[in-house]
Amino acid sequence: MSKTKLIYQNNPSPSVDQVGILDRINRITSRSIKNETKVQGLKMALNMIDLTTLEGADTEKKVIQLCNKAQHLHDAYPNLPTVAAVCVYPNFVKTAKNALKGSNIKVAAVATAFPSGQSSSEIKLLDTKLAVDNGADEVDMVISRGKFHSGEYHFVFDEIAAIKEACGKARLKVILETGELGSFDKVRKASDIAIEAGADFIKTSTGKISPAATLPVTLVMLEAIKDYYYKTGIQIGMKPAGGISNAKLALQYLLLVKETLGKDWLNNQWFRFGASSLANDLLMQIVKQETGIYQSKDYFSKD
Amino acid sequence: MANKIIEINFDTGWDLAPAPESTSHIQLKEQYELFIGGKWIKPESGKYFDTINPATEEKIAKVAEGNEKDVDKAVKAARKAYNEVWSKMPANERGKYIYRIARLMQEKARELAVIESIDGGKPIRESRDVDIPLAAAHFFYYAGWADKLDYAFPNRKPQSLGVAGQITPWNFPLLMAAWKIAPALATGNTVVLKPAETTPLTALKLAEIIQESGLPDGVVNIVTGAGATGAAVVNHKDVDKIAFTGSTGVGKIIQNAVVGTNKKTTLELGGKAANIIFEDAALDQAVEGIINGIYFNQGHVCCAGSRLFVQESVYDIVLRKLKDRMESLIVGNPLDKNTDIGAINSKEQLTTINNYLKIGKQEGADMYQSNCNVPKKGFWCKPTLFTNVSQSNKIVQEEIFGPVLAVQTFRTVSEVIEKANNTPYGLSAGVWTDKGSKLFNMTSQMRAGIIWGNTYNKFDPTSPFGGYKESGFGREGGLHGLKAYLKFD
Repeated sequence: MSKTKLIYQNNPSPSVDQVGILDRINRITSRSIKNETKVQGLKMALNMIDLTTLEGADTEKKVIQLCNKAQHLHDAYPNLPTVAAVCVYPNFVKTAKNALKGSNIKVAAVATAFPSGQSSSEIKLLDTKLAVDNGADEVDMVISRGKFHSGEYHFVFDEIAAIKEACGKARLKVILETGELGSFDKVRKASDIAIEAGADFIKTSTGKISPAATLPVTLVMLEAIKDYYYKTGIQIGMKPAGGISNAKLALQYLLLVKETLGKDWLNNQWFRFGASSLANDLLMQIVKQETGIYQSKDYFSKD
Repeated sequence: MANKIIEINFDTGWDLAPAPESTSHIQLKEQYELFIGGKWIKPESGKYFDTINPATEEKIAKVAEGNEKDVDKAVKAARKAYNEVWSKMPANERGKYIYRIARLMQEKARELAVIESIDGGKPIRESRDVDIPLAAAHFFYYAGWADKLDYAFPNRKPQSLGVAGQITPWNFPLLMAAWKIAPALATGNTVVLKPAETTPLTALKLAEIIQESGLPDGVVNIVTGAGATGAAVVNHKDVDKIAFTGSTGVGKIIQNAVVGTNKKTTLELGGKAANIIFEDAALDQAVEGIINGIYFNQGHVCCAGSRLFVQESVYDIVLRKLKDRMESLIVGNPLDKNTDIGAINSKEQLTTINNYLKIGKQEGADMYQSNCNVPKKGFWCKPTLFTNVSQSNKIVQEEIFGPVLAVQTFRTVSEVIEKANNTPYGLSAGVWTDKGSKLFNMTSQMRAGIIWGNTYNKFDPTSPFGGYKESGFGREGGLHGLKAYLKFD
């Protein structure tokens, strides 16, 4: 593996205008997604989910149940796609890997003193190593927001680069925790730093802070991805996480991706939803499109 | 990698299914008469003209063509209502009627929006979210002023003028009618309105609303017809005030006609607005603003940002972003909720626009249009931009009134101010920069009636609107809008 050391260059990030961002999002949310477009979108969204459990109360049995759900979303409806990945804490990676054996579903692990990121760099690296050694396909790290707010962009950059190196073959998702950044300009700055430092994905939130993912924040991040793509030809993935629990909102996210980054990002290689309860709402809508009626929530398994 | 062309592929295979707004709830008559003295009256000429749907070229309704005699009847009705009822009514009573009209417009908003889109070709998203709500907002706003005129102009004893003759354009039919009727009524004047001949239906629906509101007969009269009908309104001896929105050409004719009369006049005419992007602007949002500035309402907007000035250092990146954004614009059925750009208002206007496209190419400019499909029937123009143009090009100098953007570059602040002001027009402009000081420096040096900073095409009843130079004179909206319908001791 080549070890080119990435060096932080304090390039100014483009400024972001809040009014303009909200105007653009208003155009997206006033779109009407119907019929076959809706069904296609719902299935696409289902296939992009990182089915997540990140509770202090998580147990092996709970993780196994979630993995079963990931593989059997709603067997009553044939030919459904599966979710993209299951997302757990590092100590449950082995359990998840075992439970998902034989499927294409990836295992993602949060690491780096998730969710606050308040620990030493050594511990964050060990945390990452634990996840990777246990077989994680993907690592979801958090940036040091405190350092970011202090203007120590070098630190944030170097930390991401170091974690990326520790990930080896695992894909790295960098969580910006946009709910703690305070402005769109900061979100853009953090996106640029994460991308330049080697992120494979940039991700909005841990899900532990409100607000979590929003459409406007996601647009700011998609624009950062787009600018980087035009500059280098390298694709970076996007993962909004937290707060996306209904199908309509998920479809609006997909529309935003469609109109910003186009076809190459409309798949689970480059776009993910971090969510725990979104899947069932998508399923309910898919079944409704087929049968014309909403079924009771009790027909959809909760794991 | 070095030779790889980096492109975004917008052909996603996930296209939006049609989402047409229902039309089952609208009520239209097959034939509309003139609305004079509170009644529907047949035209003296016995003539009617068709109004068509520009998206399908199908006839929607027949509309009466008013001539001089009809206009005379309307003015007499307005004078009678002014003398006997409206000028004597307590101001707070007057306000109640205007509030009632505003509320009725809100109640019928959906119907009005659909009719506006059918008759004029504008996307339902705009008629539903912009035209109709703003039209109602104008009535609400001016209703509030009706009994507070003495506070709006302290110690000046504001008095009404009498009968106002008003002529509205086809680009925002109901909204322009609201801009004109609401302040006229609030200030105690009566009205003869002549709506544009290609889009008369929402003004006629407004006449129905006015009837329903119980407004005294003759306070508002609506006489449909073409240019000759408008001329009859302008030339009528008993009209005290002329308010016109439309082309600079017709504006000049009107100004000649009122010379030497006592008629107070406001003219809101054409424009060729500069939209200026500095390198320090939030570029993605600036691009959104450019799109909104020129493609809103198919570019049939007098304040459209039709001349784009990009600072040379960010020209390539802005152009790329602009072209990418154009790819996601949906052109087609105005009634589809996802349509971004609807039909060109009339065949005549489409011919005008196409002629300018030809001229642009002949002058050596590079034309770019997005890769969208347009329907076979109806009048359509893809979103278009021209690069490699300069101030000496016709497409930069003249108002095209279509979805056509001319892109130029600049280097310094003084250069762009000079170029922005180098036009006979002066209605509006936009400036995009992250630096507040630069913004205020720019806006104080530009000769335009409305200047938007880091946004474009934002309207509000409280904000005055109007132009410099050949874009006209007088202001509509806000306190200034009241003044245009008042005289003072």
